[in-house]
Parts: sequence; C-alpha cells; structure tokens
Amino acid sequence: MADEQKSGLDAVDEGPLGSDTTEAPEQTSTGDPSEHPSVAALLERFASEVQRHQLTAGDQWVVWINPERSHEILSWLKDDLDQAYDMMSDVTGVDYGGGRPVEVVYQMFSTAHSRALRLRCPLPLDAMEIDSVVDLWKSADWLEREVFDLFGVTFKGHPDLRRILMPDDYAEGHPLRKDFPLRGRFSRAEQTRRALAQDVERFYLAENLEAGDPQEVEATEVGTVADSGAGTLPAPAEAGEDD
Amino acid sequence: MATKTVEFNVGQGREMGLGGAGAASPIAPFDIPEPEVGTEQMLINIGPQHPATHGVLRLVCELDGETVTSVTPHIGYLHSSFEKLGEYRTWNQIVPLTDRMDYLAPLIYNCAYVMSVEKLMGIEVTERCKVVRVILMELDRIFGHLLWLGTTAIDVGAFTPFLYSFQQREKIYSLHEALTGARITTSATRVGGMMADLPEGWLEQLLEFLDNFPKTLAEVHHLLTGNQIHIGRTQGVGTISAAEAINYGFTGPNLRAAGVPYDVRKDRPYYDYETYDFDVPVGEHGDCYDRYLCRMEEMEQSVSIIRQAMARLPDGPINVDDPNVSLPSKTDAMSDMESMIHHFKLITDGIPAPEGDCYMAIEASKGELGMYVVAEEGGTKPVRWRVRPPSFVNLSVIPKLAEGHLLSDLIMINASLDIVLGEIDR
Repeated sequence: MADEQKSGLDAVDEGPLGSDTTEAPEQTSTGDPSEHPSVAALLERFASEVQRHQLTAGDQWVVWINPERSHEILSWLKDDLDQAYDMMSDVTGVDYGGGRPVEVVYQMFSTAHSRALRLRCPLPLDAMEIDSVVDLWKSADWLEREVFDLFGVTFKGHPDLRRILMPDDYAEGHPLRKDFPLRGRFSRAEQTRRALAQDVERFYLAENLEAGDPQEVEATEVGTVADSGAGTLPAPAEAGEDD
Repeated sequence: MATKTVEFNVGQGREMGLGGAGAASPIAPFDIPEPEVGTEQMLINIGPQHPATHGVLRLVCELDGETVTSVTPHIGYLHSSFEKLGEYRTWNQIVPLTDRMDYLAPLIYNCAYVMSVEKLMGIEVTERCKVVRVILMELDRIFGHLLWLGTTAIDVGAFTPFLYSFQQREKIYSLHEALTGARITTSATRVGGMMADLPEGWLEQLLEFLDNFPKTLAEVHHLLTGNQIHIGRTQGVGTISAAEAINYGFTGPNLRAAGVPYDVRKDRPYYDYETYDFDVPVGEHGDCYDRYLCRMEEMEQSVSIIRQAMARLPDGPINVDDPNVSLPSKTDAMSDMESMIHHFKLITDGIPAPEGDCYMAIEASKGELGMYVVAEEGGTKPVRWRVRPPSFVNLSVIPKLAEGHLLSDLIMINASLDIVLGEIDR
C-alpha cells in the first residue's frame, strides 16, 4: 500500500489511504432478513428509516439506519418485548476518510433472547450530531464521550459531554479521524512548546477542583499559587466546573 | 450561628470513649456550637499516582465528613492511541499492540484480536489451535484474577495473599516465557494460528502448575473468605442490582456477582466452549464480597477447563494450511521458490481482507472483551480497529457504586472492579 520509494518512518506517516470513493457503497442488502427477527421487525416497522442491511462475517447482522430517528429506533429496540436489547455493549465510530460519512456504531445484545445486533448511523461530515442514548443505557455514557473525544461527534442530550481520553484543553482535533495525521496536527516543536508552557499546578488549584461556591475556598493559599504564575498563562480549563 | 446536638460515643461502649474515672459517669448530650471547620464539602484528589488506584487513575472525590458524595474519575493518562496506530499496521503487526492493553492477561487479548480478524476473513483455525488458545485464555484468566486477588487483599490490609498469589503468577510468567519468550508482552498469536506450537515440556510444566495452584487458592480461601475484617470491609459495600448492572454495562465477574448469569462463553460460545463442562458462578448481592467469591470460583473453574482441554488436545498442525495466511516454514522459504514468494508477499503486503466488519466478543478476565474490525475490500490494514474495553465500562460505574460510602470503601470498590488502566486508556 505504501509507496515503495519511501522507507522507514516516511511510509508510516503516510498511513491509511482515504477511501477512493466519496460515496458509501451502493444501497444494497445481502442475506435473508427473516433469519434475524430484529432485522425483519425493523424492516417492517421502520422501513423508511432502514437504509440497508447486511450479513457480515458469517453470522453478524448490521443495519444502517437514519441517524435522525436513531433514538426512537434504539428506544424501541430496548423496550419492545420481542427485541429487549438490554445490553449496550459498545458505542463507537468509524471514519472511512475521503469525505465519506462518519458512522456511529452500536453493538447491542439481548440477554433475554441471546441475540446480538449491530446498528450503524452514517453522519455526514457537516452534521456530526446524533441523539445520545445515555437515558436508555447508562453504559453509553463514557462510550459516547469517547466517540465525541476521538471522532468529534456531538451527542445531543448527553449529561456530561467532555473529552475523556485526551486532555480537556487538547487543541489538535479528533485523533481517530482519517484526516488527523498520526503524529498530531502540530509540529514537534509546537507540541514541545505547549507541553512546557503548561502549568501543571493549575490543574490542582482548589478553584478548578471546587464544585460548589468558589467563595468558600480559603483565599490565602490559593491566592499565592495563582498570583505566582497566572499572569502569562491561559485561563484555567473551562471543564473545572464539572470536576 | 448554627448549633447542633452532639452526642459523644453513642452506640459505642462508654468505657471506650472516656475510660478511667469518667467511664462510670453517664454522658449527657449537650449543645456546642457547630465548628466552623469541617462543615463544608471537602474535595479530595486521589491519584493519578497512587498505589490504591491500581494504575494511573485519578479520582476527584467530594466528601461530606468521611462520606463520599460524588466521585469523578479522570482517565487518559496512559492513552497511547493504539486504535489509531492499528490503522497504520497490517493485520499481523497489530498483535503486539493488543497485549500492551491488558498486560495482566495478555494472551486473552492476543487471542481475541486474531479471532475477530479470522472471523472477518472466514478463516477456520485448526482444532489444535482452538484447544491451545482455550488453554492459554483460561491460563491468563487465572493470571489476571491472581493479580486482582493479591492487590485487592492488600487494599483491605491483608498482605499474605499478595505474596501467595504473586508466587503463583510467577509460575505463569515462566509458562509465558517458555511459550513466547516474553513474560508480559507475549504476542503469541498470528492470524490463522500461533507464532509457534507449544514447546517441548510445556504441558508438563502447566500440569505441575495446575497441581499446585489449587492448594494455594485453598489457603487464600482460608485466609480471606471467612475473615471478619475482610467480610466487614466487603459485604454490603458497593452493591448494585441485577437490572442496574446490565444497564450500566457491567460485564464479567462484576455482572455475575449481581446475579446475572451472563457469560460470553456460555451465551455466545466460541471455540467449542459449549462442550466443556464448567459452571458460571453467580452472586446474589452484587457487592464487593460477591465479586470476590465469583472470581475465586472462576479460577477453580478455569483449572478444570484447562484440564479438560489438555485431555482433548489433538495432534496436528497449529497453523492453517493456506499459503496466503500462514507463513511457510523457514526451511521452505529458503529452499522452495513458491514458498519464498508467499513469504515475501505475506511480509510485504499482508493478508487481504474482504469488505465488511466483525465484532467478536469473548469473555476476558475483566468482562466482555469485544474486538471490532472494519475492513475495505482487499485491505491489508484495518479501516478501523476498535477494542471494546471491559474495564473501561466497568470503571464508569464507580460514581454510582461509591456514592454514600466511606472514603475507605471507595478504595475497596475500586479494587473490587478489577480494572487495568492500560486497557481503559488504550
């Protein structure tokens, strides 16, 4: 895949190629949906919202659905007694690159029926928003935060949508997107400069940790630390309130 | 100024509080002004460098007195973007990344990853390979549980089980080393088989471990299971109901301790697990003690599964007989032209995958480990490689579990979840 003229780290930097096509593959369907009760039921009940479905890797069913009504469909899948997908195993994203939509992938499992299903919601790059499902499955909380962090998908209605793996003030974007270079957007020099410019102590100031009224914090000690270094530094991270 | 009634030593023996001459005199409640200090919520930062967090985990706790009112975990200190790195590597080159995630049970991750890729590509591994992988995965389940056992016991003040369990872990380290040459970073699997077959004498070494290990386990049982201090620290601490445990995404022993008999080995069997005779221990109360009991029992079941697997271990090749998947032997590659070409193509290009995606869930020592791979037609590298990390989701429950408990219980709850930060941060 990599250009043979290049060697070593140059080839590594080139990385995965974006998809050749800007469009997703044709809206085809494979497999017989009657084999999987949930796929058949989805096709019957939400026929206009199911974009396509596929049988992949031997026995796994994937259904592509309209992201605008994802919450309604997922909520039905959870609550309908014939589906009863009570376990949201995983929420993740897939970026094919080349301008193709970023897809949010839900892996669900029903303990009652011992059945697994995968839903995929393609989000066009200019509308990276989808309804959060934290109100249905609490397990989606951190999983959606991770997709937000690494792909830049906004989950509407998420109670606490913050970065989770990358630092709160990470300025280089969303690392798992295909247009994000392996070594980051900033040059090594810029990364080093930013790392050295950080005041580590500001993450531990009481005013950043404090959840309640900041006036309750005793002023003396905080004042001295803040005064000593605050002049040249950027404002403390906004996310401090949530801490 | 706010006042409140304070009764000293109520509920405790009077003598304990006062002692001496004061012991005989009754203690009357009296009004004192509420002190200025200590009435406000207090913030405690634990970690990221703290032995009780079992890794680089930072917990910001809000305390009312000694009671935890809220916990906010901060993770990401070990983030290495393995999933991004995976997109730059061919299928087989990803294997070394997997064992660096859960370095407490690396072979399970090695196996889970290649199982997912094989399923995507439609490769059926040989019978011998299946049984060997079952042995390795169960061995590492014991390996992972042993570390949890030792460190958790230390967190409640019991030092001896730590020494016992690490003695046994050392034996498994030796088994790792004999098989793969490495103690932690095993990288033992390849798409379509293993890096190498079991070395000579390995099964005897394993058998020796299996003979001795249950004795150690019984000793630890003796030390902890009926121990008053241990019971006092774990029973009724960090409880969760079955329905909540499912909703919050608990898997593995944590979920089973809450009374849900969900085990991927039973519910979505792979590698003929349905033909092995083993029990899935299920708890009742969903507290730290039940999690402890579940893991203890699981280790015994794993010993039994390994013995069954050893009994049925067939002879034959360990790698699939497909020149487009498995490397030829070195002798062939050096003497046979066709083998050399295959060798060259496999190393330079890699294995082409079909268009599609595959989510393979297996029962790791921490819970449901899902490996999700997405490939494009003919792709020798994944478009997306996603690890569904069991302890990432398990850890996200900690704010709920710890709320209302004492700060010292938070340490116990955190320990009982059996997290590994390498996999949470990836």
